[in-house]
Amino acid sequence: MVRKLLETEGLKKYYPVTAGLLARHVADVKAVDSVSFFIAEGETLGLVGESGCGKSSLGRVLLRLEEPTSGRIIYRGNDITSWSKHQMKALRREAQMIFQDPQSSLDPRMTIGDSIGEALLIHGTGTEKERLERVTELLQRVGLEPGHATRYPHELSGGQKQRIGIARALAVNPKLIVADEPVSALDVSVQAQILNLIMNLQREFSLAYLFIAHDLAVIGQVSSRIAVMYLGQIVELASRDDLFRQPLHPYTQALLSAVLLPDPHQPRKRILLPGEVPSPIDPPPGCRFHTRCPRVMAICRREMPKSRQIDENHLVACHLYD
Amino acid sequence: MQINELKTYFFTRLGVVKAVDGVSFELRKGECLCLVGESGCGKTATALSVLRLVDSPPGRIVDGAVMYHGEDLLKSTATRLRQIRGNRIAMIFQDPQSSLNPVFTVGDQIMEPIRLHLKLGKQPARERALSLMKQVGIPQAEERMKYYPHQFSGGMKQRAMIAAALSCGPEILIADEPTTALDTTIKAQILDIFRDLKQKMNMSILFITHDLGTVAGIADRIIVMYGGRIAEAGSVLDIFDRPKHPYTWGLLNCLPTISEHREKMTSIPGVIPSLIDPPQGCIFYPRCGWRMPVCQEQRPGEYAISGEHIAACYLYK
Repeated sequence: MVRKLLETEGLKKYYPVTAGLLARHVADVKAVDSVSFFIAEGETLGLVGESGCGKSSLGRVLLRLEEPTSGRIIYRGNDITSWSKHQMKALRREAQMIFQDPQSSLDPRMTIGDSIGEALLIHGTGTEKERLERVTELLQRVGLEPGHATRYPHELSGGQKQRIGIARALAVNPKLIVADEPVSALDVSVQAQILNLIMNLQREFSLAYLFIAHDLAVIGQVSSRIAVMYLGQIVELASRDDLFRQPLHPYTQALLSAVLLPDPHQPRKRILLPGEVPSPIDPPPGCRFHTRCPRVMAICRREMPKSRQIDENHLVACHLYD
Repeated sequence: MQINELKTYFFTRLGVVKAVDGVSFELRKGECLCLVGESGCGKTATALSVLRLVDSPPGRIVDGAVMYHGEDLLKSTATRLRQIRGNRIAMIFQDPQSSLNPVFTVGDQIMEPIRLHLKLGKQPARERALSLMKQVGIPQAEERMKYYPHQFSGGMKQRAMIAAALSCGPEILIADEPTTALDTTIKAQILDIFRDLKQKMNMSILFITHDLGTVAGIADRIIVMYGGRIAEAGSVLDIFDRPKHPYTWGLLNCLPTISEHREKMTSIPGVIPSLIDPPQGCIFYPRCGWRMPVCQEQRPGEYAISGEHIAACYLYK
C-alpha cells in the first residue's frame, strides 16, 4: 500500500500577460495546465521536460513559493492549497527546496554556517549551541569540513555550493525535497558526487524527492518513477524501467531517441520532431502535442486526450491509447 | 591548422593562471575534432587563442604558434586577422543570446559578414543569407529575416548563428559549446546540421564541449584536456573503446547512462586543481589512483599508444 506524501489534483498555474498603458489582462501563460500526480513517502519522482514545459513552475507551486491559480495540493491527506502563512510555516519544516543555481541561491553576505542555520533560527529550533552543533553535523554529512562554516559562498566551488544548498535543505529534517535541476550547472565528475550524496541521504533519512531535470540519464539514475511534461501537462508517467523500455507517448519516444548517448557505436535512429514548441500563451487546441506529433490523428486536433492508466504504474495521455 | 606548444596565461592579482600550458595538435581538412574537458581545463581558452580573441589584459598568449596555410596567426597583423575571422575561420559561441545583437534583425546579422568579406551588394547578399537560413533549417526564412533575435527561440537563434558563421564558406568552424544551452531534442537537430555541413562543405570543425554524449555523435577525433594540458588524444573509437589516461577513465565512468542504473555512481575523488602555480609533475597526480613517484617529479610527455592515439601518462612511457 503506497503512502502518498504529496498529491496534486488539477493543479494550474497561469501567469497573466498584460498589454497596453492600462496593463489590461489580455492572455495567460499557461505554465502548468491541470496536473495531477502524487509522490509517495521515501520515493524519488523524476520530472522531465524541455524548456517552457512548466516543470520549474510546478516545483515552486507545490511548495507554494508561488500561489496556484486553481486545483488542489494535498500533503499527508491535508488540503494545503489555501493554508495560511502561519500554517505553511510549519509545513516548510517538512518540505524543502534545492535550487539549480547554487550561486544565486546563497546570500553572498552570509557565512555558510549562517545560511545553513537560518532555517533552524526561523523555526526556533534549539539553543544557539545546539544549532551550531547541527550545522557542523550537516556540513560533515554533505562531505564538507566544519571549518567551512565561517567561509563565504564566493570562496567555494560550484559543487561545494550545491552541497551547502543540500545541507540547508536538510537542516530541518524534511520529509520531502523538491530539487530543481540540482546538478545541471555542475561538471560531470562533480555531478556524480552530488548524485551519490542525494541518493545516500534518501536511504539514510527516508526522504522523498521531486527531482526536476532535463537530462534523462540523470533522471533515470535517481528516480523510481518518472513524469514527462510537455507544455504544462504531464503526458506520461511510469516507473523508470517501464518508461525507458516501453515509452508510450510519441513525445517521450522522441525525447528518448534524441538523447545523445556517450557511445559512438549506437546506431542512431532518431525521431525528429518538426517545428518548435508552441507558445504556452496560445497552446494548440486539442492535444497540445498534435502540431509536432508523428502519429497525429484527426481527433488529436479537436479533443484533449485524458490521462489513462495503461498498467499498474503507467499513465499516458494520448488518443493512440483510447 | 597546426597548433604548436600554445601557452595562454591570465595575469591576475592572485597570480598567473596557466590556462593553456603547452598544447599542440593539428586540425585536418574535413574532420571534426572535439576538445573535451570539464570547467577550467583550458578548452575555451585554446579556441579563443586560435583567433586571438582572448581578453588582453588579463590574458596573453605567451608562447606557441598557430600555423594556418603557412602563416603563424599569432604573428599576423590586425588587418590580416580581420580578413580571416568570419571569412576563412569562423566561430560560434555557447550562448546565442549574447552573441546576437538585439537591435539588428537576424537577416542583417547574417548578411553582415557576407557584405563585409565577400563584398556582395545588398540584393545578392540577401539571397545568399536566405539560402543559408534554409540550409540550417529556419522555416519561413523570408519572413524571419526581418525578425529580431528576441523573437527567435534558443534553437533558432543558434541556427541563425551557424548561418552567419557559414556565410562566407569558411574552411574552419570553431564552435564553443554550441549545443550546451539547448534542449535535448533541439541539441540533436543542431548536431545533425553540423554533421551535414561537415560532409557537404568538407569543412573542418573544432568542436568544444564538456558533454561526452555530444562528442560521441559528432567527433572524428577527440582531445581530452585537463588542467590546461592535453591528457589524451585519439580517434573517437580510441577514446571511447580503448581509453588510456586515468582521467579519461574517471570521466567515462562517472557518466550516468539510461541503459544502466547504479546503486552508487563512480566519481573522481578530489577537485579540479587551481591553475595558479601548478605543481611540478603531472597535474592529475593528486586525484590519480595509478600514480607513481615519477608522476610528482616531472610533467609527463605525450606517449604513443598506437597510431594517432597518445596519452600524457607515465603508465605508457
